[in-house]
Amino acid sequence: MKWGVVRFPGSLDDNDAFYALTEVMGQEAAMLWHKDTSLGGAECILLPGGFSYGDYLRTGAIARFSPIMRSVEKFAADGGLVIGTCNGFQILCEAHLLPGALTRNRSLSFICERVHVRVENARTPFTRAMRQGDVLTLPIKHGEGLYVAPEDELRQMEERGQVILRYCGADGRESEAANPNGSMRAIAGVANERFNVFGLMPHPEHAVESMLGGTDGRKIFESIAASA
Amino acid sequence: MKPVALPGEPRVDLAQGRAHGLSAEEFARVEQILGRVATFTELGVFSVMWSEHCSYKSSRKYLRTLPQKSELVVQGGPGENAGAIDVGDGWVAVFKIESHNHPSYVEPYQGAATGVGGILRDIFTMGARPIASMNSLKFGSFDHPRTRYLIGGVVGGIGGYGNCVGVPTVAGEVMFDAAYNGNILVNAFSLGLARAGELWSARARGVGNPVLYVGSATGRDGIHGASLLASAEFDAESESKRPTVQVGDPFTEKLLIEACLEAGKTGAIVAIQDMGAAGLTSSSSEMAARGGLGIDLDLDQVPLRDQSLTPYEILLSESQERMLIVAERGREAELQAVFEKWDLHAVVIGEVTADKRWRARWRGQVVADIPAAALTDDAPVYDRPAHASAKPSAPRARIRRENPAPAVALRAMLSNPNVASKRWVFRQYDSIVQGNTVLGPGGDAAVLRIKGSHRALALKVDSNPRACALDPYAGAVATVIEAARNVACVGARPVGITNCLNYGNPERPEIMWQFAEGVRGLGDAARAIGAPVVSGNVSFYNETEGRAIPPTPTIAVLGLMTDVARHVTAHFKRAGDAIAIVRTAPPSLAASEYAAMYGESDETLTPIDLVRENALLEGLVVCAEQRLIGSAHDVAEGGLAVAIAEACFNPEARLGAEVDLSAHGLADTVELFGEGPSTVVISAAPQDIAALTRVFSTRGLAIYQAGRVLAEPRLALHGALDENINELFELYEAALPGRLASHD
Repeated sequence: MKWGVVRFPGSLDDNDAFYALTEVMGQEAAMLWHKDTSLGGAECILLPGGFSYGDYLRTGAIARFSPIMRSVEKFAADGGLVIGTCNGFQILCEAHLLPGALTRNRSLSFICERVHVRVENARTPFTRAMRQGDVLTLPIKHGEGLYVAPEDELRQMEERGQVILRYCGADGRESEAANPNGSMRAIAGVANERFNVFGLMPHPEHAVESMLGGTDGRKIFESIAASA
Repeated sequence: MKPVALPGEPRVDLAQGRAHGLSAEEFARVEQILGRVATFTELGVFSVMWSEHCSYKSSRKYLRTLPQKSELVVQGGPGENAGAIDVGDGWVAVFKIESHNHPSYVEPYQGAATGVGGILRDIFTMGARPIASMNSLKFGSFDHPRTRYLIGGVVGGIGGYGNCVGVPTVAGEVMFDAAYNGNILVNAFSLGLARAGELWSARARGVGNPVLYVGSATGRDGIHGASLLASAEFDAESESKRPTVQVGDPFTEKLLIEACLEAGKTGAIVAIQDMGAAGLTSSSSEMAARGGLGIDLDLDQVPLRDQSLTPYEILLSESQERMLIVAERGREAELQAVFEKWDLHAVVIGEVTADKRWRARWRGQVVADIPAAALTDDAPVYDRPAHASAKPSAPRARIRRENPAPAVALRAMLSNPNVASKRWVFRQYDSIVQGNTVLGPGGDAAVLRIKGSHRALALKVDSNPRACALDPYAGAVATVIEAARNVACVGARPVGITNCLNYGNPERPEIMWQFAEGVRGLGDAARAIGAPVVSGNVSFYNETEGRAIPPTPTIAVLGLMTDVARHVTAHFKRAGDAIAIVRTAPPSLAASEYAAMYGESDETLTPIDLVRENALLEGLVVCAEQRLIGSAHDVAEGGLAVAIAEACFNPEARLGAEVDLSAHGLADTVELFGEGPSTVVISAAPQDIAALTRVFSTRGLAIYQAGRVLAEPRLALHGALDENINELFELYEAALPGRLASHD
């Protein structure tokens, strides 16, 4: 599968995603510059983590106006696969490619740690290599990951299966303590109604090598690669 | 060329010189160098460049004595912005530690943030991509009203900057002690990697080459940060110095890193230096002086945030995220294209000249004209009087006669913020970005892999102010070997040192003596372990209202391992493994956390045998390389009992330990909670113990086979205590958040 990794000014996990896809997963990938408009024939677009435009004003609020985002929006509208991790998730919400928004963590501080998330819907291009109920261990590192959406929208999302990942304990159970940032309904990752755009706060690209603490992130990339 | 005085400028006289921090002798010397009275602008320039912070005028004599060479050293000692060590497979590690103490006390968030930003620029100005940061923090006691505010601000600032700039914070240390109530310490370390043979220089070359200003525009922030804030004691007026603290913009720094590293690939950069302390003035005059040349600056070309800035302010501003580049003539456009791509200023503001003068023009007039070397190499150097205080320090009380029961003491120890988990702090730092962090915060040392190589780097920063307060020489030695031992515990050979020397007012002979003794200890220890001191920073004037901090040399050690797969962690791995204790000398309560909690000790520090210390380091590395060790953990704050408990706190599987100390006569308070040099707790498969023992015994060190790892979470130190590990872990993790949340 051919991937396109977008580099915004202030992207930080762009090189890490590129390395995970190419060196570790053996995929074909190209870096895409935010001032360009060509997606270079990519079959899946990855918006990486970081602090695009310093996250000044609001996370993802400026990046969504980058020239490349016009192309990403069109690509998504045509059914192309788009995944956004962390800041990429925030950008996708700002661009209204995903429902909801990400706000300051409940603790009001940045959190970097490994967490558990439960796969809520395995019938998507992003999760098809897993089973519903599987528990993944993935790192998070963000200051603004508290997912919010209006209650009726959340209800509809749940009904349609758009909640893809939920924070949980190692045993798969939800609890207050297992919800690191205070997200509504412990939501860690969501998809759009067409299930071709996916955003998540955890960093699968930082969980692809056992020496660096785990390989559960591979399952997400393997799912996408199998969806081509 | 005689510079002009500008309308409305204050008159320059001795009183004005003193207000700028110059002594009468220094003021007279300025006049002698110039052959006339300085202009107000020039006075400002001399004041920052001759400040302690920039000139190292009190410390230079001593720093020359440090070992700066080894077969691996590519760049060591003065002359460039950071030290560099060849770590193999075509890579060079560039690293340095620096203080940002006073700014962080006055304005904790921005002070700490810009400390991180400044040290990062020292690394990428050498052509190295920053790959890891560490920090060493000293706060006052929790009882002090300012402590919670300061720790929140400092940790927030380090995270706010480091996380946004995309460099992982992988290790550090945090200590609370009333001695830092009025003067906290914030020391920031950064490490970068460059390809061998591709380091950049900060030495101007080529008369007629253009000087490019790149990065943020210049504002009015940070003026006299280096001189009036960093090079003077604190007093009641210090709050008013808040405007001398710079404001950081990590987003721009991230762009600057990418743009500079990309610009370097053009080959058009002749020399480059960041505009750190003393900003435009220091970067331009130092590059000129190193090259034995001059530089002419046209201040009208400098990008400004506020057009009303005077030449004095433009030259002295410490606005962040700015670099100065000497480019190859005719290739400016190539560089400018790169910076434009990253939306950064890149403006030609001057050129290299042959006349060795540092000259600044503004609105058609020369406003400063000074021999470049007078600002740098020829700045005053002092051999200040140094002698121990004639008055013995206050007599210390003996250990309280009734010591608490060992179990009570252990629980109190694990609940003490100096010993307890620092997760509340390091959880706020991105420790994994860039994808190299094999071992992050919370262990003995951090381990970073080098992509495309089997090699890995280990990093640790340490300090031991309590030992330094008892004996500034032995304390400095102990600090170096502790950092080195931490690095050896993870299986890496110590190959290089950087230091941040935090002391009081050097104009007091007792402080100067502490400093001289500290540097002597640092040098002796560095020589003994074969790890040269390749870079560093001195922070004097850490005093508030006449009270100095304890001598605090902060030491960071770089370790190298040839096979990352052989790194060792601190946690016990398997039930049934043997637990062994190896040490160089019996422990002591002197300078220990136990002594601080239950009454000062009147003991003196155990003398350190550097031959045995080096043998311990070597033994640890050899055992790791031969895969003989399951875990290794250094005995530090809290002593042996705490170290064994920590080794049980394996996040994968909480294990226990059964250790019979009484068999070796180790069950008393000193053995359980003593910290002296040097003890390591090791676990190993039973069949490896014989080989492991041989490794140490051939180096003259005995091993105590003390016990075994248990499957159940129980800490049984026979003859002393028997505790539940899960309960101890709860105390250990809850202590710091609990202290920060309570408002008693």
